[in-house]
Amino acid sequence: MSLDDNLSVRVNGEDRQVPGGSSVAAMVSLLGLDPKRVAVERNLEVIPRSLLATVSVEDGDAYEIVHFVGGG
Amino acid sequence: MNAPQSFNSDTWTVAGRTFTSRLIVGTGKYKSFEENAAAVEASGAEIVTVAVRRVNISDPGQPKLTDFIDPNKITYLPNTAGCFTAEDAIRTLRLAREAGGWNLVKLEVLGEAKTLYPDMRETLRATETLVKEGFEPMVYCVDDPIAAKQLEEAGAVAIMPLGAPIGSGLGIQNLVTIRLIVEGAGVPVLVDAGVGTASDAAVAMELGCDGVLMNTAIAEAKEPVLMARAMKGAVEAGRLAYLAGRMQKRRYADPSSPLAGLI
Repeated sequence: MSLDDNLSVRVNGEDRQVPGGSSVAAMVSLLGLDPKRVAVERNLEVIPRSLLATVSVEDGDAYEIVHFVGGG
Repeated sequence: MNAPQSFNSDTWTVAGRTFTSRLIVGTGKYKSFEENAAAVEASGAEIVTVAVRRVNISDPGQPKLTDFIDPNKITYLPNTAGCFTAEDAIRTLRLAREAGGWNLVKLEVLGEAKTLYPDMRETLRATETLVKEGFEPMVYCVDDPIAAKQLEEAGAVAIMPLGAPIGSGLGIQNLVTIRLIVEGAGVPVLVDAGVGTASDAAVAMELGCDGVLMNTAIAEAKEPVLMARAMKGAVEAGRLAYLAGRMQKRRYADPSSPLAGLI
């Protein structure tokens, strides 16, 4: 953990800082996204949407946040 | 009328879900979301394929596909396009299930970038795992009747052989193998990939396929919305011709007007 109590995480391959004590849902909202419209994978495990508000962000986590885009 | 099915009641069912339209369309390669939505509307499709990709966290306010094509009205069929291993495909679909809440998915595991041919060893392995996890995979595959059987035994809810390489528009290259797959299958068979124009879609349906899946043939037409309408007509015409049962081919002419009573 860094000195200012922020957590260092990777989101979609980018480094991000998240306030300590954040839930995953809070982090997703902080990124400007609607937790109801995305799917979140944390350290290679999908987090069920119903648990996004209860799972806490840990320092060093790696997240993939995805949604549907056009495709064939 | 003695016809076995009236035109209006000719539906097909995959994994317990019944659809009237036999045309599934992709949502890639369109110039705009507006054009994409208009093409889906013109096609009459009730199912669209979609890809699962990272959200752009640098610009989270961008317009989204779901703003233009309502997943409550049109069934989203998440795909695994771009996956070259069973593991990547399974990981993608686990996320897709969470994003959409749907078990009905399109599995494709590709073998190489040049041909985008399916890797059937990986495809079969992924099918087995997905079925164990409760997914209902519609599976993109080679036009091989034996591979199709193996996928069905593994629990694929639909078999989707390629007519020609993805995005090639070459039309159905092997009528024989597609017909053999249709004859042998106990689940729906849809030609997926290779359709270039309306007659290609009609050919697939005349062979007895339950449906056709296409993206590029519509999206890269000069007028995509018009081509979407053409594809709707072609799929319906091909289906009706299949139900009607075509005449036998003859080697020589056979007059249509009576020979008796000639002056």
